[in-house]
Amino acid sequence: MPDSLPPDSVGLVEPRTLHFDEPLPLQGGRSLPSYDLVIETYGELNADRSNAVLICHALSGNHHAAGYHSPEDRKPGWWDTCIGPGKPIDTNRFFVVSLNNLGGCHGSTGPTSINPANGRRYGPDFPVVTVRDWVDSQARLADRLGIDCWAAVVGGSLGGMQALQWAISYPDRLRHAVVIASTPRLSAQNIAFNEVARKAITSDPAFRDGRYYEDNTIPRHGLMLARMVGHITYLSDASMGEKFGRELRDQAFKFGYDAEFQVESYLRYQGERFSENFDANTYLLMTRALDYFDPAYDYGNNLAEAMRQAQCGFLVISFSSDWRFSPARSEELVNAMIEARRRVSYAEIEAPWGHDAFLIPTQRYLDVFSGYMTRISEEVADAR
Amino acid sequence: MRVDLEIIQEWIQPGSHILDLGCGDGTLLDFLQREKRVTGYGLEINHDHITTCLRRGVSVIEQDLDNGLGNFGDASFDTVLMTQALQVVREPDVMLEEMLRLGRECIITFPNFAYWRLRWYLIRRGRMPVSQALPYTWYNTPNIHFCTFKDFEALCQEKHIKILNRTVVDEEYRHRWLSQLWPNMLGQFAIYRVTR
Repeated sequence: MPDSLPPDSVGLVEPRTLHFDEPLPLQGGRSLPSYDLVIETYGELNADRSNAVLICHALSGNHHAAGYHSPEDRKPGWWDTCIGPGKPIDTNRFFVVSLNNLGGCHGSTGPTSINPANGRRYGPDFPVVTVRDWVDSQARLADRLGIDCWAAVVGGSLGGMQALQWAISYPDRLRHAVVIASTPRLSAQNIAFNEVARKAITSDPAFRDGRYYEDNTIPRHGLMLARMVGHITYLSDASMGEKFGRELRDQAFKFGYDAEFQVESYLRYQGERFSENFDANTYLLMTRALDYFDPAYDYGNNLAEAMRQAQCGFLVISFSSDWRFSPARSEELVNAMIEARRRVSYAEIEAPWGHDAFLIPTQRYLDVFSGYMTRISEEVADAR
Repeated sequence: MRVDLEIIQEWIQPGSHILDLGCGDGTLLDFLQREKRVTGYGLEINHDHITTCLRRGVSVIEQDLDNGLGNFGDASFDTVLMTQALQVVREPDVMLEEMLRLGRECIITFPNFAYWRLRWYLIRRGRMPVSQALPYTWYNTPNIHFCTFKDFEALCQEKHIKILNRTVVDEEYRHRWLSQLWPNMLGQFAIYRVTR
């Protein structure tokens, strides 16, 4: 944490765990008998509970979206650039709820949790959960918090998919969905990258068919590789060129195979750090949830038909250099919404950072996001 | 309210589905949403205008008109509007055809280049007219396809486009009887309602 708290920070925050006893039926046919969800909240819920905003996290995200857990924290939550007083998701106006999704590894029930059936960690026995399942669990969370209707459900990347699924699954329970740097379904190339990541994990000898906890080990190497390949897809050629170019760690080539280029050591560092903080089984599960997401599938592969279920207003944002979920994928989504005559606004933000741009506070991105969120807060106030 | 917008709104059916090409800061759509309960979208590329639309609750799509309107289906709107943008698009004739493909009716407004003040400017100074309404010089103007009231009539005739209404307003957007008598000379802005 900086020496003094910035005025636009939500400050020190504390996560809390909510336990759910009612079994949750899952898309894959199984069900979770009971589960925990870890959440953080920022801002104040108003008297008629109409100013709540749900934040949905992306692949490696969690409930800690904004603020600091302790004064010793080096970095704030993952979306601190957009959540806080005066920021696009303005905590002076909104009550913000952020959770760790089921299957995660930051406190909500997932592969690292104890399976009540046998008293051992779930590991590979944890059921595959989908975006639809997450949204169902989030609806239960809304029930628990007494929120009938979200002012907005907001997310980037995989989080945007959840916002979209909310609009389809629970059309009368959200006023707006903000879908950022996302896609209505993964392309073959997207799935291929996920497969490389999964293969890196499962082929690590330490993976032991996902039962690595029992042997007190982790597939560190596989997880590191998975993150390295994933990380490349989050950046752009231009941003990597800008950041590293062909810069060497030392002056000259060494004619060996250690990390000589700066980009190599950066990727290794990112991979290593990630492998210490993330669970391999969760990584498999999250990438699978990405692969399976395809709301059009349930409507005869007609995305417009899927969007016809929705009643909320949409803001869709893409980034010019994002090649993982490119602007064309967002436009595909927007066009389906237009065909279905849904309320939708769309902006493509010029930004060089690739997919990661949704986490970086570009001025225009903040203007667009703030503009839309301010309108929502006025709408909520008018409805009271 | 500006007289041209006043005239346009009378041609919009309540509750209709509208596409506004080059919607600017969303003034017209905002008005139509509130007064006529219309639904629909504005297309715009100006960043500040897009933000203003979002603040107003106008559905705005960032889309360059010169890249075409292929993402919109046939007859998907009741009315397609284009105010003061025909002269900036690369292919106004193609744009007009496209508008008629998307909408049952189209409303188009554009500056009339045969307006007497512009003629006088050219005669007197021998230079491309610069006015309050057309404040650009020839090399930096976004207005690349000027036409006159008569030119537009000719284009409609050539393309078998039916003109439902036509009118002109002057520089203060006033709607005067004299300019209706001699629109090509006295009308500064032309307003057309057309269909197939």
